[in-house]
Amino acid sequence: MRTLFYILQKEFTQVFRNKSMLPIIFVMPLVQMLILVFAATNELRQVDLAIVDYDHSTVSREMIAGIAGNPFFKVRENLANSQEAENLLMRNKIDLALIIPRHMDKDLTTTKSAQVQVLVDAINGNAAQLSLAYLSSVIGEYNRKVVISRIGGENNPIKTIIIKPTYWFNSQLNYKYYMAPGILVVLITVVGMLLGGMNLVREKELGTIEQINVTPIKKWQFIAGKLLPFLVIGLFDLAFGLLVARLAFAIPIRGSLPLLFGLASVYLVLVLSWGLFISTISDTQQQATFVSFFSLIVFIMMSGLFTPVESMPDWAQKLDFINPLYYFVKIMRSVLLKGSNFSDIFNEFAALSAFAVSIFGLAIFRYRKTS
Amino acid sequence: MIPSEPVITVRNMVKKFGDFIANDNLNFEVYKGEIFGFIGANGAGKTTAIRILCGLSSPTSGEMNVGGFDIYRQTEKIKQNIGYMSQKFSLYEDLTINENIRFYGGVYGMNIAERKLRTTEMLERLELTAYANRKIGDLPLGWKQKLAFSIAILHNPKIVFLDEPTGGVDPITRRQFWNLIYEAVEKGITVFVTTHYMDEAEYCDRVSIMAEGKIVALDTPEALKKQYNAANMDEVFLKIAR
Repeated sequence: MRTLFYILQKEFTQVFRNKSMLPIIFVMPLVQMLILVFAATNELRQVDLAIVDYDHSTVSREMIAGIAGNPFFKVRENLANSQEAENLLMRNKIDLALIIPRHMDKDLTTTKSAQVQVLVDAINGNAAQLSLAYLSSVIGEYNRKVVISRIGGENNPIKTIIIKPTYWFNSQLNYKYYMAPGILVVLITVVGMLLGGMNLVREKELGTIEQINVTPIKKWQFIAGKLLPFLVIGLFDLAFGLLVARLAFAIPIRGSLPLLFGLASVYLVLVLSWGLFISTISDTQQQATFVSFFSLIVFIMMSGLFTPVESMPDWAQKLDFINPLYYFVKIMRSVLLKGSNFSDIFNEFAALSAFAVSIFGLAIFRYRKTS
Repeated sequence: MIPSEPVITVRNMVKKFGDFIANDNLNFEVYKGEIFGFIGANGAGKTTAIRILCGLSSPTSGEMNVGGFDIYRQTEKIKQNIGYMSQKFSLYEDLTINENIRFYGGVYGMNIAERKLRTTEMLERLELTAYANRKIGDLPLGWKQKLAFSIAILHNPKIVFLDEPTGGVDPITRRQFWNLIYEAVEKGITVFVTTHYMDEAEYCDRVSIMAEGKIVALDTPEALKKQYNAANMDEVFLKIAR
């Protein structure tokens, strides 16, 4: 134990003496929280819509007025023909084009149904569907009014089912509530996966590791010495990032903070061990950075941070069983937003612990004092 | 020096890197309290051999015993009993002299009182007391080398391995460095040193000359000079190499 004390004393001294460490500790959380949380959004704020009206009837004008009155749409009217709308679509000036054919009003009266055409820029399929759905609901609403008035006005009892949703855990559908806990996970993952590993490879590059390898230092002591300082930094950054998120976005903290930090410690041991394992098989910082970054990107994209895991193919969902980020993103969101307690997230905790112990063991095993 | 019991025994040591044979069947003994020199050109296999004896590299075959411990089964016991200074300077440049000493003293399990006493002695001997809280990175190379050696023997090992310890330092510093080596020998430490400076070969009790992975000569400098009818070790080396 005394040996470990001297190792930790040395590692902490070096880490905190390093002048680039302070910016890393403070600037990274600020940038990630204040920029990424805004940027990482699937919300559609405004859709550019062009309307070509060939009908010029009361009905078409009423419908257009209804659409233009909706703040979601930024409407361009008075287009001469559909060719003009297509050009705008081509040049990325609009997202949607609504084309109202001649005789819409007449068709509605004589045949009881009329058609309109909608052209959608579907490069981003998700946004395309969302904006179309929005437009459909606005037209649908107008449709309902038309139906009611033609049947005989407000007095006629028409039976419709109205959905009254109650949004749980995030009642205002605030996207930042959803993203901020996830970005916090990315934050401590980067700290964990890169800093510890880089530190170890640096000793290889400088040659100081040779001197360590001729001492009676045990392998686990050396790995623990590389892990603990960055565990502390990771936890500090989590606290700092959480504070920023709280102040900037007022994200709710419904669960227990000691529980969250306890789980974060397990998670950090896991990602730190992974970074250290990578550095035991790398000879240079370049190599280690490359491999760490590669695994980091795979872990993040698969984690459900940006895209729901439920919509991934079955095999991808199965792969997530070994993705540490998948578990911790889930834990973060549940504890912060739902106020989940320990038993609610026990499965995630168990998985993370099992991985943490085995990857830590792997890093120790793979570190060789003798080449 | 009268040969006493061997502290290093090497029998049929072989190290291959693929097809390349770095150490080709080496056999030698190093006796307690002597300065044993490994001389040879770059690439002769000196560093490979020293790294195997320190436990940094595993041999392909052979039997080796260092400080009374078997190199395969008692590697960690060997490490408690040896000191090592590599050709690549390896103290922590971002730590001060005191911090480096505290770390290495600590990991060898020295108690605090002993460490402090020996640190004071050592810094006075090196005339570095005033610089104890300076970072190693700020010191000139010669000082660093002397410091690295002193730290390598701080825990009073049985044997210290020095791999080209005086590379790149001026003749005066080299002379001072060898004075430190003699002082270590007086304390009972056996010194195993590699070098390609032939004047340093003269300072050794016995030298082993290596070429292409083999030991081609092994004796005292005097005996070798007599055998090859040479005025100094430089001539001996050139005659053997030719």
